[in-house]
Amino acid sequence: MSTWRIALLVAGKDLRVERRSRVVTNQVVPFAAVTMVMFAFALDADAVLQRVAPGLVWLATLFSLLVLVQRSYAIETDDGALDALRVAGVDPAALFWGKALALAVQLAVLEVILIGTAVVLYGAEVRAEGLVLLVTTLVTATCSLAVVGTLYGGLAAGFRGRETLLPLLVLPVVAPVLIGATRAVEAALGTVPGAVVSEGWPWVGLLAVFAVAFGVGGTLAFGPLIDE
Amino acid sequence: MTQTSTAPRSSDPGPQRAARRPGTGTTATRVLGGVTLVAIGWLVAFGLGFSPADRDQEESVRILYVHVPTIWVAYVAFVVTAVCSGIYMFSRRHSLGWDRAAGASAEIGVLFVALTLLVGALWGRLTWGVFWQWDARLTTTALLFVTYIGYLAVRRLGGSHHQRARRSAVIGMLAVLLIPLVHWSVRLWRSLHQEATVLRTDGQVRMDGLMLFSLFVGVIAFTLIYVWLMLHRTRVMAMEDALDDHGLEEALAARRAEGDRPDGER
Repeated sequence: MSTWRIALLVAGKDLRVERRSRVVTNQVVPFAAVTMVMFAFALDADAVLQRVAPGLVWLATLFSLLVLVQRSYAIETDDGALDALRVAGVDPAALFWGKALALAVQLAVLEVILIGTAVVLYGAEVRAEGLVLLVTTLVTATCSLAVVGTLYGGLAAGFRGRETLLPLLVLPVVAPVLIGATRAVEAALGTVPGAVVSEGWPWVGLLAVFAVAFGVGGTLAFGPLIDE
Repeated sequence: MTQTSTAPRSSDPGPQRAARRPGTGTTATRVLGGVTLVAIGWLVAFGLGFSPADRDQEESVRILYVHVPTIWVAYVAFVVTAVCSGIYMFSRRHSLGWDRAAGASAEIGVLFVALTLLVGALWGRLTWGVFWQWDARLTTTALLFVTYIGYLAVRRLGGSHHQRARRSAVIGMLAVLLIPLVHWSVRLWRSLHQEATVLRTDGQVRMDGLMLFSLFVGVIAFTLIYVWLMLHRTRVMAMEDALDDHGLEEALAARRAEGDRPDGER
């Protein structure tokens, strides 16, 4: 079987597990939503909330990413499934892309819900001219977060203390994604006074470079990381 | 079973070991340590004594002679970490010596970044009026600091020496990939830090001659400190690894000896 075929199978397996266990819908999405409400309590004023809405959406996404990555590897390591996959001779690169794909799908769903929440709770508005930028940003940022999460999650998988180690490793790494995605969404939604849509595109470029760099890095490094 | 397993193994090479002096110092490191001390004295003399006060920043400019060398050493240390990690991963022998060098270098790098941030905050308070500014270079440095703290945490995850080496080598190399991306993104975000004055692209240095000389003394002194720390830390790590391996053997031998006792066989 080709690498892509195996990757799709792995992704399908992860998504099926999630659909049946309903952890994402019953726990992760409510967690992200409650985070958004907590931000409102912390920042208080309506005008401030509308201004910082894109940043808060991405912060909530990052926190949820940590939960999702833990979850994604917990189902692998609990029953020794990761070892079984390796024994079955699954190409590590295919495993990496499969898990990243499944994570990306979950993240994308979550981001759409969070932007909807920002529209309802914070009064952010999605404007027609920024729609292309918004969708492109969501796609590239999701890819970046998924590859980084899969790579570092695989590193910490199966070790005691991984719950505390993962945020320490992942958050500094995704700082460029947070900056880039926040600025791009600000430009797309026009939450900052005088923001024009074209200002967002350089940030999408940054996100794309990030996704490619860590995608290649992850493909090469995932084998040595889990092969022990 | 046999005679060797009943006798405690440690008694065999014991007297020879005890005769050797414990520690990580050799003649070379002692000479290097002496030279380093002289260089530090030289730096104190030039940094606090001979070099002039600045027209705008007055005496506080003397922080420069620590601030710039510490970050210089930190960058060198992280590059060494990445290079050693790469050599470990791609060489055929996968020698643990390279892994230990990478780890030691990262530890010293983290120490020096912490010093840079601390000293920089003090200097910022004196010249800008605030401890911290969200400018590009400061933010990048802070993220660099956290990234390598993560690297050190990965080194302590446990497992065999080669597992540790492989994991940390991957992180060590990814960190180098990350730094330009972080710097680029934060540069786009905002910038306030003064432009580089010494390493300028047009080749002209805008600095008083004696101040520049003091700065070079600082760089030399801190680089010597780095090399000295590096030699000792690598040796300590080699000893720790040896203790891990050897300690297990000792414990196994002791257990076997217990099992071989006549009253143990029922």
